[in-house]
Amino acid sequence: MELDLFVRYGPALLHGFGITILCWIAGSLGGMALGFLIACIYQWSGRWIRGLLQAYIEIVRGTPFMIQLFILYYGGPHFGLLLSPVEAGIAGFVVYGSPYFAEIFRAGFASTPKGQFEAARCMGFSEWTIVRRIVLPQMLVSITAPLTNFVIILTKETAILSVVTVPELLYETQTMAAETFTYVEPFLVLSLFYWAMVEFTSWLGRRVELRVTRHLRRA
Amino acid sequence: MDFSFSTITHNLPYLLAAARWTLIISFAGMLVGLGLGILVCAARLSRHRWLSSFAALYVSFFRGVPLLVQLLAFFYILPYAGIDLPATVAAFLSIGMCSAAYNAEILRGSLQAIPAGQKEAADALGIAPFALWRRILVPQALRIGLPSHVNELILLVKVSSLASVVGIGELTRVAQNITGQTYRPLEIYLAAACVYFVINAILAYAGRMAERRLNVGGA
Repeated sequence: MELDLFVRYGPALLHGFGITILCWIAGSLGGMALGFLIACIYQWSGRWIRGLLQAYIEIVRGTPFMIQLFILYYGGPHFGLLLSPVEAGIAGFVVYGSPYFAEIFRAGFASTPKGQFEAARCMGFSEWTIVRRIVLPQMLVSITAPLTNFVIILTKETAILSVVTVPELLYETQTMAAETFTYVEPFLVLSLFYWAMVEFTSWLGRRVELRVTRHLRRA
Repeated sequence: MDFSFSTITHNLPYLLAAARWTLIISFAGMLVGLGLGILVCAARLSRHRWLSSFAALYVSFFRGVPLLVQLLAFFYILPYAGIDLPATVAAFLSIGMCSAAYNAEILRGSLQAIPAGQKEAADALGIAPFALWRRILVPQALRIGLPSHVNELILLVKVSSLASVVGIGELTRVAQNITGQTYRPLEIYLAAACVYFVINAILAYAGRMAERRLNVGGA
């Protein structure tokens, strides 16, 4: 084992880890926001727009993330979209995650009884107030588990960003491996590291879930 | 911006030829994943504590590490361990090993839906454990879990794009090569995305047909 390698390349690896975290958080938040927007538009629009949104959801879910990244990063300049690798990575996450998040939010909307919408409208609540004060608090309980689940999936997808030269953790590890001709140790350590990261986020997810459902157990 | 349809029509035969490898890798990966998944699931439910904790560790590890990292690690470690495999075989073995973790969990869920009385009846009739699994439990579990397994297969089709990183000439890799020759990333990657989408749409449709045929979830 050549562990002094990790000391020498420590700063680069740490920087890569920072980029991984940045892309993950920015991508998850952006994807969640876009997904929520899509679910809202879906909820309050007619057949045609619903059909369009459904098509968007099906197409993004039916194609590999890598191809989506290539279209954004390499194909983007064709229609004037010049992105740096990190920007493309985050944008890719937002696009890739949005349909999955939209489906989760849509299920949340569907789980709210129709009568509550009608009652709130009768009482003169605006649509936005209905969402914010009535629907969101209730659906938070049922959607936290799938939401955290998908955020955990996104942690792993960050590795794919290395393919479009985003200098994240895998990319820095590959650079280190290529420069020092050592492959086995770095990739074993990297696997363990990702494993720990995913286990940590899923532990965090369980904590969040316990927190938002605490009123249900307090009977 | 000029969109060149002729680039697409000219290169579509190459993309379709490459799609064959995408299918081979994902279907072979699914076969390995199902076979190994059944073993992992059996181990997970075993009465021997070592066996079941090993299976739990297996599932946690292969679900916790990004597949791209698994693929790279597998490709670097194989020659280190003195094993010489064709790249395609190594790719679907690696994808299959990861898929086994997911399939094992799907199976575990499906097995819970099988009434415990069947196992007791089989015990009373003196059916050996192996025969119990092969003739009674697994066929029913696969039927119950069919929608999830089809989902997993669709995931594998998307995930097979990662094999391009280790140099296997499947759809994504060939799209990259064509882009290198034509400098038309937008057209080629959009075409590749369409091919992936069509494959997945067909698989999803076939899955629904099979569900109806096998009457999954119905009485």
